[in-house]
Amino acid sequence: MLSRTADHLFWMARYTERAENTARMLDLNVQTAMLPQTPAAARRGWCSTLGICELQHAYNAKYPEVTARDVLDFMVRDTTHASSIASCLRAARENARAVRGTLTNEVWETLNITWLEMQNKLDRVFDGDPGQFFEWVKHRSHLSRGVIFGTMLQDEALYFTRLGTFLERADNTARILDVKFHDAGRNTSEGPFRDEHQHDYYYWAAILRSVSAFEIYRKVYRDAITAERVVDLLMLRPDMPRSLLACLSEVVRNLRAATADTGRDTLRFAGKLHAELKFAHIDDILQQGLHAYLTGFLECVYELGNRVSRDFLVPAAA
Amino acid sequence: MPTFFDEMYADGAVRDHYRAYESWLSAQAPQAIAAKRAEADLIFRRVGITFAVYGNEAGTERVIPFDIVPRIITAQEWTGMQAGLAQRVQALNMFIHDIYHEQNIMKASIVPPEQIFRNAQYRPEMQGITVASDIYAHIAGIDLVRAGEGEFYVLEDNLRVPSGVSYMLEDRKMMMRLFPELFARYPVAPVEHYPDMLLDNLRSVAPLGVSDPTVVIMTPGMYNSAYFEHAFLAQQMGVELVEGQDLFVNDNAVYMRTTRGPKRVDVIYRRIDDDYLDPLAFRADSTLGVPGLLSVYRAGRVTLANAIGTGVADDKSIYPFVPEMIRFYLSEEPILHNVPTWQCRRKEDLAHVLAHLPELVVKEVHGAGGYGMLVGPASSKAEIENFRRRIVAHPDCYIAQPTLALSACPTFVEAGIAPRHIDLRPFVLSGKTISMVPGGLTRVALKAGSLVVNSSQGGGTKDTWILEN
Repeated sequence: MLSRTADHLFWMARYTERAENTARMLDLNVQTAMLPQTPAAARRGWCSTLGICELQHAYNAKYPEVTARDVLDFMVRDTTHASSIASCLRAARENARAVRGTLTNEVWETLNITWLEMQNKLDRVFDGDPGQFFEWVKHRSHLSRGVIFGTMLQDEALYFTRLGTFLERADNTARILDVKFHDAGRNTSEGPFRDEHQHDYYYWAAILRSVSAFEIYRKVYRDAITAERVVDLLMLRPDMPRSLLACLSEVVRNLRAATADTGRDTLRFAGKLHAELKFAHIDDILQQGLHAYLTGFLECVYELGNRVSRDFLVPAAA
Repeated sequence: MPTFFDEMYADGAVRDHYRAYESWLSAQAPQAIAAKRAEADLIFRRVGITFAVYGNEAGTERVIPFDIVPRIITAQEWTGMQAGLAQRVQALNMFIHDIYHEQNIMKASIVPPEQIFRNAQYRPEMQGITVASDIYAHIAGIDLVRAGEGEFYVLEDNLRVPSGVSYMLEDRKMMMRLFPELFARYPVAPVEHYPDMLLDNLRSVAPLGVSDPTVVIMTPGMYNSAYFEHAFLAQQMGVELVEGQDLFVNDNAVYMRTTRGPKRVDVIYRRIDDDYLDPLAFRADSTLGVPGLLSVYRAGRVTLANAIGTGVADDKSIYPFVPEMIRFYLSEEPILHNVPTWQCRRKEDLAHVLAHLPELVVKEVHGAGGYGMLVGPASSKAEIENFRRRIVAHPDCYIAQPTLALSACPTFVEAGIAPRHIDLRPFVLSGKTISMVPGGLTRVALKAGSLVVNSSQGGGTKDTWILEN
């Protein structure tokens, strides 16, 4: 297929997934803001949300201080930067529109309707519970993924679309874990909870819910919620759909299907990253330091994205 | 305004071929019709059947208004039109071939040479070049208007990149979705096979020796006003929709960049003007084209549809000569009428035009899309005087025609149903043979009394029904 078409499909999927993950993250913060916490911790929650998306500078240039309402507004509706939910859904739709002939009608209409409905919803996000808007974003993302999987021919178009979804999800899950694990350590040392375990429970339970993993955690571990197990679940469980390992499995699967003569080195690179997660142990990772590990992982994901672009999506002129 | 022909009524009575429709319509509850119209609008928006707007609101997308009252044409009338269209397009293709080869029509003093050589659309690069099957205008959109019973005039020939066929197809799909019961009452000739015919036609004009040609559609990109149509046709034909950046020239052949490496391209249905095709040959600032494309084309190793330089034949200054072309090349009498046309470049014509401006329609010779025209009867004194100065300054650039009483068709407007003026654009395909689907795109001027049907000027569309006997 045309390289440019593959590029648009890849980014269509990435932007849809990014909108969903941003909605999940913002929802998490709205939820944890309802827990008793020090003002410093609350503020830190919103700062780290900005940090996950690398938006501190853009935000600070616009607002004098970090407040829940302003951060939400900035990350939901502000189209002056590319990371807001509104910008992501718009970019997803623009990419789809550029290749609408390659998509099934259902896929195109799903993305187009998301964009059309969004324009009505944006004015009313804060009229009631913003959580409803985040739910809507998640549902639209579920729907587009389902329609893609359910209607598209299983050829390159699908492979590059799925590749975009899982590369983006791997990136987003790693970022959330990195920041939230870091914050957790600081919050407990100054928190209002008398009992450290009690705080941990609510904090990590909220994170699990934000990635639709609370019930899964219960089922898998049948034990108290601890940071270590949450990290294990979201990184190394092959059967947890948002874990790093599960994402990398899908990345490798789709990359292998798309690879012919081109891209063998990139496939090898992805395979190594996948194998590393597959045979890792959570104790080793924590001993080495989660932050260092995830920083390395994010760099690899970034490099992988670049290699995919170079090999398939934006090849150098022949 | 002169009185006009009404497609549905004659002297207050319903015409025969509209009778079943009229009785169906009068039995419909107004709320039910309103709901159907809202549904149509919603579907067009959801499906994204839009066109991009140039000028003030650049970047916005608009839905072309769709009217639910069909424009119905009898089999008998269509048979005549069809023959006239095939005849006209055949002559036009022969004319273009002649212009770029022997130039017999100039030698016979039928078309003055300066009309060709001073025309900006004449491409000297095409002189002596052989194109597959000697076809230049593979896809032609011929704009027809009706002035009376069986009386059709050609308003203009579009031989470069005529658009609108996707609306013809989507309008039909919409009518069948909204009012399936009507299709049980009427034997409406189908049009849905147009993309198949188009693909066959494009494959039939592949360069010599290519047995299984790769066809692509070339678009200027998603911000072009007709982008929906480009994507639609690519999808319906199952061919790649490429932009200039996706193609490159290597070793005297055109290739597209794919995820599996370069792939050879044989036929390019290009929806992009000559000027932008190849920055090495035409506009150097074009980022939409493919450097080197012209040299491959001249070598006969890729087909462009339509060919380069067809604009020399659809220019409004050449239009008055088309009936003579038909006689010259085919030795036949033209079946379709030409609108009488005054060419302002001629002294006597200019004098007539300037003396009768309030009655005439004046058009820029190179204009398109309803831009830069004067509709005398609908214009203020100041507008007319303003236009007069432009004509006097550049008489070569204008032609004038009598204000035709375009026929009107009942149309939903705010106040209910009222007659609105319409035209018809059939799409004629030329390759090894000439073919067309029955009908075409009916455009409707939604403003009362307006004669300008272009979508860029607020026109709408209707489904066009050619009845089968």
